[in-house]
Amino acid sequence: MKDFSNRYIMVFSVVMVVSVAILLSLTALLLQPRQEKNVEVEKKIQILSSMNVSSDRSNAVELYDRHIIESFVINTEGNRVEGVDAFTVTLRAEQRKPLAEQSLPMFIAVADNGDTLHIIPLEGKGLWGPIWGYVSLKKDLSTIAGVTFDHKGETPGLGAEINTTPFESQFHDKTIFENGNFVSVKVVKGGARPGNPHEVDAISGGTITSNGLQAMVHDGLIKYEKYLSQNRK
Amino acid sequence: MEKVEKEPLLSAKNIKLLKNPLGQDNPITVQVLGICSALAVTVKMKPAIVMAISVMVVLAVSNVVIAALRKSIPGRIRIIVQLVVIATMVILVDQFLKAFAFDVSKQLSVFVGLIITNCIIMGRLEAFAMANKPWPSFLDGLGNAWGYGWILIAVSFFREFLGTGSIMGFPVMEKLGVYNFGYEDNGMMILPPMALITVGIIIWVQRARNKSLIETK
Repeated sequence: MKDFSNRYIMVFSVVMVVSVAILLSLTALLLQPRQEKNVEVEKKIQILSSMNVSSDRSNAVELYDRHIIESFVINTEGNRVEGVDAFTVTLRAEQRKPLAEQSLPMFIAVADNGDTLHIIPLEGKGLWGPIWGYVSLKKDLSTIAGVTFDHKGETPGLGAEINTTPFESQFHDKTIFENGNFVSVKVVKGGARPGNPHEVDAISGGTITSNGLQAMVHDGLIKYEKYLSQNRK
Repeated sequence: MEKVEKEPLLSAKNIKLLKNPLGQDNPITVQVLGICSALAVTVKMKPAIVMAISVMVVLAVSNVVIAALRKSIPGRIRIIVQLVVIATMVILVDQFLKAFAFDVSKQLSVFVGLIITNCIIMGRLEAFAMANKPWPSFLDGLGNAWGYGWILIAVSFFREFLGTGSIMGFPVMEKLGVYNFGYEDNGMMILPPMALITVGIIIWVQRARNKSLIETK
């Protein structure tokens, strides 16, 4: 290998760093609109999937516009907050604020059979990173019509199973209120008791993710307790 | 260095670059590189396949870039230059996946970033691309990525099949009805240590068949 002068090494490094920086920023800038669009469509697919409407990248936007009739933001007192777009609220940022100042998004949807559903977004912590999901509640605001969960980087085959149908479908027809008291849905290690309306099976080998999911469902929904109690029919 | 005669693109030597890493010079089973990611992404077949393809793109292109620049890269900062090239490639792959193959990028999530730390890539840049022309380096990159990839896919096949009873997410065991006869999935297969043992078994089989790989004392 040739010996290079210090000046050459300095110039080489500067040129390399600057050109790499330009290349990467250009790519990021050019691809950003597409990436943001993907994230938006993904969110719509997940909201739809929580109300048991399956969609893909091509029809998600259209189906979303058809099914979601209203979206708004409430506070923990159950009152509407004006001037905030529910779709763009990032829960992670909200969770850092004091409880009274948090914006709680709510999506009202009409299912194919004409039922009105309330969809609530959730966000929590798994083993390796964030997990999130959407819960859709039937008209009684207690019975779960469907859920969808997703994660950033849980272990494949273990914690990552939370976004699979076998796990998610367990939540169908579970109830989050018992005699008017909020009880949430528990994720039980070793198996839920058959017929218990507030329990689902945990994922074997995915205990920390399961616990995180249970905490996410509980902590997320309890903020809506007042609204749900007031509006129950 | 002027070329005297033009070598055919796929000469015997170049074919060797492609074929050797698949077997007797395999990065995982013989050189024991890239073990870390072989443990992490082999629980299911799909992520393993996508990981293999991503590593192939990154390794082949980085190899070409380094080989093209090899005479102008100062020796004293060559490791940093290699890292910059790899990291740039990985970020580009990640950005393109996010824009054009969002579902794939979601599946791979953190593992794309971890390609940067895959020892095979830096190993090939340092050992091969720094001393060879771009075209052989490209082939060397492809060959090593395939050698890495097929082990990854083989390990993930056994782990998914024995651990969750499915292949590519398709529940084979359930369809065959073997659960009715008291068969149960081996949950241990999904845990990381079993990846190491599976790789170990592959190495054992390979050495039993190819005696030249056994070190002489």
